[in-house]
Amino acid sequence: MRTISRWFQRNLIRIYAVLAFTYLFIPVAYTFAFSFNDGGKSNLIWKGFTLSNWQNPCGAPEVCTALGNSLKIGFLATTIATILGTMIAFAIGRHKFRGRSATNLLIFLPMATPEIVLGASLLSLFLVFKINPGFWPTVIAHVMFCISFVVVTVKARIASLDPRLEQAAMDLYANERETFRRVTLPLVAPGIAGAALLAFSLSFDDFIITNFNSGTMVTFPKFVYVSATRGIPPQANVIGSSMFILAITIVALGQFVGRKRKVS
Amino acid sequence: MKKISTPYLLLLPGMGFLFTFFILPILNLAQTSTQTPIAGGDTGQYEQTLRFKNYVDAFVENKEQFGRSFLYAFLATALALAIAYPLAYAIAFKSGKLKNLLLVLVVAPFFTSFLLRTIAWKQILGEQGFVVPTLRSLHLISESTTLTSSAFAVVAGMTYNFLPFMTLPLYASIDRIDPRTLEASGDLYANGFTTFRKVTFPLSLPGVVAGTLLTFIPAAGDYVNAAILGSPQTKMIGNVIDSRFFKIVDYPTASALSFTLMAAILILVTVYIRKAGTEELV
Repeated sequence: MRTISRWFQRNLIRIYAVLAFTYLFIPVAYTFAFSFNDGGKSNLIWKGFTLSNWQNPCGAPEVCTALGNSLKIGFLATTIATILGTMIAFAIGRHKFRGRSATNLLIFLPMATPEIVLGASLLSLFLVFKINPGFWPTVIAHVMFCISFVVVTVKARIASLDPRLEQAAMDLYANERETFRRVTLPLVAPGIAGAALLAFSLSFDDFIITNFNSGTMVTFPKFVYVSATRGIPPQANVIGSSMFILAITIVALGQFVGRKRKVS
Repeated sequence: MKKISTPYLLLLPGMGFLFTFFILPILNLAQTSTQTPIAGGDTGQYEQTLRFKNYVDAFVENKEQFGRSFLYAFLATALALAIAYPLAYAIAFKSGKLKNLLLVLVVAPFFTSFLLRTIAWKQILGEQGFVVPTLRSLHLISESTTLTSSAFAVVAGMTYNFLPFMTLPLYASIDRIDPRTLEASGDLYANGFTTFRKVTFPLSLPGVVAGTLLTFIPAAGDYVNAAILGSPQTKMIGNVIDSRFFKIVDYPTASALSFTLMAAILILVTVYIRKAGTEELV
């Protein structure tokens, strides 16, 4: 009896961690389970197991159009935000210039502004210039809120670099451009990749800012939100679960590649 | 000459973008917030009359929702801190080889759309889920009590959705603590609680500040949790701004409310960072 209670005391925090992770994953598991529900359109009550939703993920009207839009916006916004953000991160991380603290402030502000204010203010600007909300305004909105996160992520990576590595390259007669291309950039690359992954997941999952700037165009989160009132088709659960599996696979592959590189 | 211009060339595209699509919209929002309807105009047509009383009207009319937003955001932040701190501590100090895997697991729920997860909670805790009937049959809640459509559900939903934002920065600063400082504290006869209060917690403060900000700011402006898990009695300021914009096309009030929300959050954040004494964030 005593050993049991001692075991509990020693492992209390581990037991707690297991409980906390269970809490985090309950809705994920629920979403996954109900992707196999034979529930028809509304998918509220468990009616029986079926694979048909997975075999026919576009079976519900609009769901794949919405997914396509979200993917397109995600890729465009991620590419643009990663390029712009990485440039800023290099300027801040590698150069001394006047207006540096103002730059830092301008990077911090969008992260300290609630999404609803970002979305509403951008829409009101588009309205002034008579630009109709839709695909490109949404891409612009996503780039805008992703840039700061890219800058912060890449900047952290640049700050953690050992300056001696670049000095060594210069000592070996590499010029500035060669040093950047063959030493600095490969070292910062994992940070840029991480930033891109973060930007994509922020863009893909965004609802509030998108809802303001997308007009009648449907994205995946918008589709889910609109169908919530009459029940979400199980196909949405299929897509949510697939994104989860895909992302975990990418992260696992990244870890694997990283480990292999370290060994060799 | 080249040395001076390089950083500015690198900054120009990104900063130009942020200026055009972040600063200009905010300025325009400020400009819209003092407009009034054009006499005899259609709905949605406004002219600039510098009516600053819009702010007073908007605030007085919606002070309840303002208060609720900050109260819910505060509760969700406090709850998330209480849940995330031991978790971050466990990952940093007690996970051994599993550390990287556990970190991935903290972020992993993000990859399933947060709307799907919030709706999953609604269905799990709803009338047709299994939780409510179980609690009722155990007589833990009365027949008429519901878990969804309540303030409880909204705060719980926000706590859940922002938990990873709290956990990651906490982990980052707890992980940096040298375990020898904790041993030293024990060697000096401090008990577990004193060590935590005098050593661990102060050293993790940057993470506490970053995590609470990353939770509080989005929570105060959130309206999705209130829309899905709440009722008309749990409306937050985000819900008001959203409906002013889309349903009523009352741009000046929506702008005044947005601007007030932003200003209130910025003031709170500045005071908070000063008090906590960490400038590391910015």
